[in-house]
Amino acid sequence: MIKHVLSPLDFSVQELEDLMDLANDIEKYPDKYAHACAGKQLATLFYEPSTRTRLSFESAMLSLGGNVLGFASADSSSAAKGESVSDTIRVISCYADICAMRHPKEGAPLVASMKSSIPVINAGDGGHQHPTQTMTDLLSIRSLKGSISNMTVGLCGDLKFGRTVHSLINALVRYPGINFVLISPPELRVPDYIIDDVLKPNNVPYTECTELEEAMPKLDILYMTRVQKERFFNEEEYLRMKDSYILDRAKMELAKKDMLVLHPLPRVNEISVEVDDDPRAAYFKQAQYGKYIRMALILTLLRLSGAVPMELPS
Amino acid sequence: MLNVGGMEEGIVLDHIRAGKSLKIYYLLGLDKLDCEVAMIKNAHSNKMGRKDILKIEGGLDRVNLDVLGYLDHKITVNIIKNNQIVEKKKLSMPKKITNVIFCKNPRCITSIEQELPHVFYLADEKTKTYRCMYCDEKYKKN
Repeated sequence: MIKHVLSPLDFSVQELEDLMDLANDIEKYPDKYAHACAGKQLATLFYEPSTRTRLSFESAMLSLGGNVLGFASADSSSAAKGESVSDTIRVISCYADICAMRHPKEGAPLVASMKSSIPVINAGDGGHQHPTQTMTDLLSIRSLKGSISNMTVGLCGDLKFGRTVHSLINALVRYPGINFVLISPPELRVPDYIIDDVLKPNNVPYTECTELEEAMPKLDILYMTRVQKERFFNEEEYLRMKDSYILDRAKMELAKKDMLVLHPLPRVNEISVEVDDDPRAAYFKQAQYGKYIRMALILTLLRLSGAVPMELPS
Repeated sequence: MLNVGGMEEGIVLDHIRAGKSLKIYYLLGLDKLDCEVAMIKNAHSNKMGRKDILKIEGGLDRVNLDVLGYLDHKITVNIIKNNQIVEKKKLSMPKKITNVIFCKNPRCITSIEQELPHVFYLADEKTKTYRCMYCDEKYKKN
């Protein structure tokens, strides 16, 4: 039976552990996996531009000894001629062994998976899901902190529209001892459904605040996101709040010595470049983990040697 | 008191909320069938005060119970054979409904691929929440 990855919750905690074990093994012994996907092809079907995610998938497949093919925007695919996602995936299934799909419309990878004869990985569908980003975040936390449990996680910036933040909250509530500090302007606070449907039913403690400085000393992880000017209701409010959500050296002084700073990237100005040299700044390392987890995912979905045996969700 | 004759074989949908029978008539696609249908509006009910009733001639296969369960799972479905009620079916909220309600999320794939069926799943029975299978958007009645 073909397995697909559409949401980070498609994996149980144990299955994610197995996947992360494999990713860590790849990190440690890359040569062991250098030819694991020889003769296999990954199709990257990107209906909207996303350099980072696409290159990460392509780099992952090339490092496994496989090949890549695909398109980087809808304009350069048959979608421009009006071809449906279902038809495209049927054709791609004839050419490739596995595919990663990014689409501006939510649910497009699910539609593809229903007609596909190869595994489909959701590489981001609108504001809906981006499972490999969440897996990247989890792997970064586990690798750099040693575990994903018993931690105070600060999420800062645009918590209302940030897909990565919602997805990470959903994934982290499955681990014991997680405590959230939600740092955002009132206009961009986390949506009520995340609190009512995710945090409260799972009895996960959380606090909300508007000042990053206030939260800094408590945090084990700080997950930064960008506060976009266009999200504010008025210019005055934006000017008042914007500096509060810029991480700089002065704010880092308030943090624990072993706190980690994560960011899904790309960053604009929400993390000052002076923080980059701080040993706690882990966002570029996080991008590296993004490649390892995608390598592990490709191996596992293709059920190739080197992959940790695991029962994937249907 | 209005009298509607008996029925050799068919279905009686009882305890429909008053005024809702016409909507149900169309949602069940009864307008497309050639069987006899009687619609009784605002009938007296001890339990509900006023209620609507639909009598449909023919077998149970003519009625999609999932649609009925979604619309109002308190409706009673009586199966009639030889002018007698032989079975009372209990409705429940269906786990999945197809092409009964439609996703309004402009970011959903169904907004650009018209041939896709609109499938909703029951996300929370307590709050009667249905979500789109593709984008997970909560269905809002209005």
